[in-house]
Amino acid sequence: MSLSHPSPIRKVKNSAAMVLMALAFLVALVPLISILWTVISKGLKSLNGDFLSHSMRNISPQQTGGGAYHAILGVLEQVAIAAAITIPLSLLVAIYLVEYGRGRLAQAVTFFVDVMMGLPSIVAALFVLSFWILGLGFHASGFAVSLALLILMMPIAIRSTEEMLRLVSSALREASYALGVSKWRTIVRVVLPTALPGIVTGMMLGIARIMGETAPALLLAGATDSINGNPFNGPQGSLPLFVYNSSQSSLQATIDRGWAAALTLIIIVMLLNLFARLIAWWKAPAAAR
Amino acid sequence: MSSDTPPTVAEPEGQAPKPAPARPALTTKAGLGDRIFGGSARGAAVFILILMAAIAAFLIYQAVNAISEDKVNFLTSFTWDPDGNSTNGVPTFGIAAIAWGTLVTSVIGVLIGAPIAIGVALFITHYAPRSLAAVFGYIIDLLAAVPSVVYGLWGLLVLDPHMGGVSRIIEDVLGWIPLFKTNGTYGSSMFTAGVVLAIMILPIVAAIAREIYKQTPREQIEAAYALGATKWEMIRLAVLPYGRNGVTSAVILGFGRALGETIAVAMVLTTVPGLVTRILQPGGNTIAANIATQFADAFTTGRQALIASGMVLFVLTLLVNYAARLVVRRNTRKAGA
Amino acid sequence: MPRRSQDERDFPVKFQRYGAVAGVAVAAALALSACGSDNNSSSSSTTSAAASGSAASSCPSGTLNAAGSTAQANAISQFTKDYQTKCPGTTVNYNANGSGAGVTSFIQKQVDFAGSDYALSSTQAAQVTSAGRCGSGSAVDIPAVAGAIAVIYNVPGVTTSLNLSAKNLAAIFDGTITTWNDAAIAKDNPGVTLPSTKIQPFYRSDTSGTSYNFSNYLNNLGGFAAANKAWPGKAGQGAKGSSAVAAKVKSTAGGIGYAEYSYATQNNLTFANVSNSAGSFVKLTQANASNFIAKAKIEKTGNDTKLAFDYTYSNASAYPNTLVTYEIACGTGNDSTALPLIKGFLNYVVSDSAQSELTSLGYVPLPSTVQTADTATINSLS
Repeated sequence: MSLSHPSPIRKVKNSAAMVLMALAFLVALVPLISILWTVISKGLKSLNGDFLSHSMRNISPQQTGGGAYHAILGVLEQVAIAAAITIPLSLLVAIYLVEYGRGRLAQAVTFFVDVMMGLPSIVAALFVLSFWILGLGFHASGFAVSLALLILMMPIAIRSTEEMLRLVSSALREASYALGVSKWRTIVRVVLPTALPGIVTGMMLGIARIMGETAPALLLAGATDSINGNPFNGPQGSLPLFVYNSSQSSLQATIDRGWAAALTLIIIVMLLNLFARLIAWWKAPAAAR
Repeated sequence: MSSDTPPTVAEPEGQAPKPAPARPALTTKAGLGDRIFGGSARGAAVFILILMAAIAAFLIYQAVNAISEDKVNFLTSFTWDPDGNSTNGVPTFGIAAIAWGTLVTSVIGVLIGAPIAIGVALFITHYAPRSLAAVFGYIIDLLAAVPSVVYGLWGLLVLDPHMGGVSRIIEDVLGWIPLFKTNGTYGSSMFTAGVVLAIMILPIVAAIAREIYKQTPREQIEAAYALGATKWEMIRLAVLPYGRNGVTSAVILGFGRALGETIAVAMVLTTVPGLVTRILQPGGNTIAANIATQFADAFTTGRQALIASGMVLFVLTLLVNYAARLVVRRNTRKAGA
Repeated sequence: MPRRSQDERDFPVKFQRYGAVAGVAVAAALALSACGSDNNSSSSSTTSAAASGSAASSCPSGTLNAAGSTAQANAISQFTKDYQTKCPGTTVNYNANGSGAGVTSFIQKQVDFAGSDYALSSTQAAQVTSAGRCGSGSAVDIPAVAGAIAVIYNVPGVTTSLNLSAKNLAAIFDGTITTWNDAAIAKDNPGVTLPSTKIQPFYRSDTSGTSYNFSNYLNNLGGFAAANKAWPGKAGQGAKGSSAVAAKVKSTAGGIGYAEYSYATQNNLTFANVSNSAGSFVKLTQANASNFIAKAKIEKTGNDTKLAFDYTYSNASAYPNTLVTYEIACGTGNDSTALPLIKGFLNYVVSDSAQSELTSLGYVPLPSTVQTADTATINSLS
C-alpha cells in the first residue's frame, strides 16, 4: 500500500464520504430552512402592531383582525412566575449539593433530580391537573401552568447550576477560607459571582425551553379570548396554546393568526437563546474564545 | 473547618509566654450568618426532595388505583376506554397500542435522525472550513430552539401534504413487508410523525456528537495520517472508534427525547381504531399524544388511567436515560487505552 | 487589611449590571401588561341584533366560564360577542372541547355550565349527585341551540350533493364500502361521475354529542352500532373537535366526515342528502331540519327539558340528521357569584334576538314551545 498515493478505490471512497457528509449537512438544513421560511413568510403576513396588541375578544374564528396579546401576556406571566420560584430555589439546592451536602440527603436529592429530569412534560401537567386543580379544587389558571412549568424547569436548573458551581476552582474557595472569610460569605461573595455568567446562561436556556411548552397550557390554562392579567384567577391565554388551537382549524383567518403567533413565539425563544449565548461568550475566559 | 485557637508563639526558655496579640480570629466557627445560610440551603434541599418524592408518590398512587380497577390486562389490551364509554361503565384500557406507537415513532425518528446527525457532526468537525465550523454549529443548534408546537404546525400544514409522494416510493420498494403496505391512503402516519421526531432530535444528537468528535486525541488523528490514510480512513480509524460510546449514548438520549414528545406528534397524527400495523397509512397514537387528546374527556378513572400510562412512559424514559449513562461509564472506564 | 480580589471588587458592579438588566425586564413587563387592548372593533357579517338593547337581560359583571359542545361553538361565539358588546364588564369564556369534556368539567366544578349535544345520562346525573356539584339538588338540561348534522365530503370532481343513504353511510364508517365509485353509492346517484378515490372517513376522537346524534341516526335508520358519544365506528381516522374534522375533510381528497351545518358553510364543503325512514333522500336545508326538530317529543321532568327525535317521521321535507345542544346548569345550588351571570347569558341565548341570528349562522331556531319552557327554567335557577 503506497503511503503517498492511495489507490483509486480508496480515493473514490474518500470523495464519496465527503459528499455524504456534506449531503447530511444539507439534508439537515432543509427542514430548518423550510420551517424558518414558512413561519417567517406566513407569519409576517399577519404579524403587525395590531396583532401584538389586541386580544381575540369579540372576534369570530372566521373574521380577520384580533391578535394574540392575551396569549403573549399569559405566557410571559406564566413563565415569569415559574422562573421567579425556580431560580432562587434551584440556586439554594445547587449550593447545598456542591458546598454542603456530603451525606444521604445530598444523595437522595441528586437521585430525585436525575429522575425528575426524565419526567415528560405532559405527565407533569397531568400531575398539576389531578392534584392542584381537581384534588385541591382550584380552577384553570395561569398559576397552574406555572406550577407545571416549574416542575419541569427545576431539575434542569439545579443540574446546570450545580455544574457551574463545581467548575469554580476549589483553590479560589480555599484561598477565601484561608483568609478567614466565613463559609456563607465565601459562597455569596466569591463562588457565586465567579459562576454567575454560567448560571445565568443555564437559567435563560431553561426559561427558553419552558417558554415553548404547550402541554401544561393545554391541560391547565383553560380557554379565553380576552385579556386576563391575573395569573391566579381564571383562564389565561398562552402563546403556544394559541398556536396549537389555530392549527386545528381550517379557516384561513385563524390559520394566518396561528402562523403569526408561531413567528412571535420563535422570536421570543430565539432572543432568549441568543441572549444566553451572548452572556456565555462575553464572560467566557479569554482562552476559551 | 474545625475551630482552632490561634497558635501561641513559642517563647525562648525562661521567659513567661507573652499572650498572643489581640487580633480577629482567623477561625471559622459557624457564625449566625453561616447557620442561617446553611440552614436555608439545607431547607431548600429538603423541600425539593419532599416535593419530588410527593409528586412521584401521588402519581404512583393514582396509577395503581387505575390499574387495579382495570378489567383487562393493562399491558396487553389494545383498547383505551377507562371510563367505559363503550363498555357500559366497565374500565377497559391497556397501553399495548399506544406504547407500540410510542416505540415505533421513536425508532423511526432515531433511524432517520441519528445517521444524519452523525454525518452533520463529522462534517462540521472535520470537513467544514475552520472559520465556518462555529457558524454551522450554531445554525444546527437553531433547530433545537424551535418550540415543538411550531414543529407540529409545520409538520401538519407543510410536511404532511408532501409525505404522500415519499410514502408511495417506500411502499413501491418495501411494500412486500406488511409494515410498509398501505391501502392507498397516505399522510398523518407514524412515518410522518417519525420524520418530525427525527428533525427534532437531530440537533441534540449532533451537538453532543460534535463535542465528542472535537475531542478526538490529535495524536491518533495524526498517526492515521502518518500511515497514509485518506481523510475518510482517518475518520474510520481514529475518530469513530474514539467517539463510539459517547455517540451511542447521544443517540440513546435522542431516543429518550423522542419518546416523550407530545405536541408535535399529537398534531401530526390522527387516531384510528385498533392497533396500527401500517406505518405509511394514516393513523397512529403514542402514550403522550393519547394523554393530550383524552385528558379533557377523562373522568376520575380515565384520568388515573392516563397517569398510569404516563408513568409507563416515565419509567421507559428513565430506563433509556440510564442506559445512555451506562454506555458512557463503560467508555470512561476504558479510557486511557 | 487583606487585598480584595478582582472578583470581589467587581462584585457590586456585576450585580449592578445584572440588576440593571433585571430592572429593565421588570419595567418592560409592567409596560407590556398595560399596553394591550381587548377593544376589537368587530366588522361582523351578522348585525349584532343585541346591540339594540333588549331590556330583558340584565348586565352582571364578572367572568362566566363554560365548556362543551363544538357543534354549538359557532353560535356561542356570536352570542358571546353580542353579550360582551352589550355588557363590556362581562367576560364569557367558552371552551369548545367537546360535549363529553364539557360535562366532565362541569361535574368537576371547573365551569359554571356545560354545553352538550346529548342530555345528561343517568350515569352522569349520578355523578353530579355524588360529587355534590349542585349541592343537594341536580342539574337541568336546557335545550338552547338546534342544528343539523352535515355529512361533509371532499370528492374530487363532485360539487353537487350526493345521495348517501343511512345504510351506505353506516357501511362507509364501518369500512365495508371503501371507494367512492362503489356500486351501492353509484346506484343512489345516477348520472354522477364518481371517481375511484379511496374513501377516508373521519370521526370525532373525543367524546362528542355530534357523534352521539349521528350514530343515533345511523343506528335507527342504517343498522349501525348503538348511539354513543364515543364514536362506535370500525374504520376511519379520529380528529378532535368539529373544527378539526372539517379541516381534515377539507384537506383530504376522498375524505368524508360529520359536523354541524355551520362548519360546512364556513368551509365551503359539500354535504350529502341523507335518507329518511321512508328511504327517500332529504336535502339539508335549515327549513327541512327545522321541520324534523319540530316533531321531536318534548320530555319534561320538573325543570329538565329533553328533546327526543322521532326517526320514524318520514316527511320528504324533514331532514332527519339533527341535533340539539343543551346548556346544562345546576337547577339549585349554583355558585352565588356565578348565578346572575349564568342567568343573564342563558336568558340571552334563548331570547328572540339571539335565536333569530341562528339561521344566518347555520343553525335552526328553537320551536317556540321549547323557548318558553327554557325561559321559565332559567328564571327558576337558584
